Amino acid sequence: MYAIIAGAGKVGRNLARELSSKDHEVTLIESSRACYVASEEEFEHAIQYGDATELWVLERAGIQRADLVIAVTGDDEDNILVCQVAKEKYLCERVIARVNNPRNHDHFRLLGIQPAVSATDLILRLIEHEVPRYGLVHLLALEEERLEIIELEVAADAPTVGERVSDIALPEGSLIISVLREGSGFVPKPDTVIAAGDEVLLVLDPGLEDSITSYFSANGQHASI
Amino acid sequence: MFVLIVGAGRVGATVAKSALAAGHEVSVLDEDPLSHERLDAGQSESWEDSGGQFTVGTALETEALIQAGIERADAFIASTAGDNTNLVIAQIAQKRFGVERVIVRVMDPARADWYGEQGLETISPTKHAIAMFKSALETEAEAVA
Repeated sequence: MYAIIAGAGKVGRNLARELSSKDHEVTLIESSRACYVASEEEFEHAIQYGDATELWVLERAGIQRADLVIAVTGDDEDNILVCQVAKEKYLCERVIARVNNPRNHDHFRLLGIQPAVSATDLILRLIEHEVPRYGLVHLLALEEERLEIIELEVAADAPTVGERVSDIALPEGSLIISVLREGSGFVPKPDTVIAAGDEVLLVLDPGLEDSITSYFSANGQHASI
Repeated sequence: MFVLIVGAGRVGATVAKSALAAGHEVSVLDEDPLSHERLDAGQSESWEDSGGQFTVGTALETEALIQAGIERADAFIASTAGDNTNLVIAQIAQKRFGVERVIVRVMDPARADWYGEQGLETISPTKHAIAMFKSALETEAEAVA
């Protein structure tokens, strides 16, 4: 695979090292002269000096044959434009962008730059996993498909404790796909009975978290998300 | 017509003043509060007294754009100092807020051309400068010959 990485900061350099060690071909593009000079000795011909938002710089790096373009500069506008041009002008199939300011995430989405990775969001996700609010954890969001997978811990006095899966009238657009009990997981059958302390995995349409939580938390309490 | 201009530098501020003088409703957004002085310079009345609007904020902040009136803008001009900022906010104006007329300054001629083909109205001062230098040189050459 041939990958072009825009931005030779800590993230870009480490990505380049990882990809090279897995025998992929990599070119780093760095627009700061000082940063380029500092990295040139290590990366040699695999780093180029230039502004990756300029077309000729991308062309010099061989954008036409790139399988993957990764934009990890410290500037969100630059990351958006590098990926947009790679995708729409040079028809590169896969792009990955770094979001520096989480408030810009919407702009990446609006301009079709997916996936867009934000360190802040990732850390928040981890915090949520470690300290789940109302026992709800987001495991996976399939944004394009508009689905998500969540994990919920069943509270002792939740309305669904002792109920068979087939008797639980979950909202339209949600489904229990797995139950984790005493360290092992299984796919529930219609007659599986939900017990307190179970962890249930559900696939659902985005926006249903709030109503789903009430089925598995104490006294049908609603989460405020 | 309601015109929103982002970036009150020499170009943005001058275009803002002439649009206001031409009878348009004009709102200006800039991250630097001091850029307001450019709008007042050489005018007998202050920018606001003449009917202009000025908002401090960065153009990538959706709230700042809304505060500056993007939702009712008929025309949007992106004239900040950065090509990349201009290209991103112009697309936000077009795709998210559906502004009918979006004009964007792009110094880089290559990208001015490509984004022009993608449906943005781009203005590249660099292209004009190149053309003028070329023709100035040719005129000179003719005079010498």
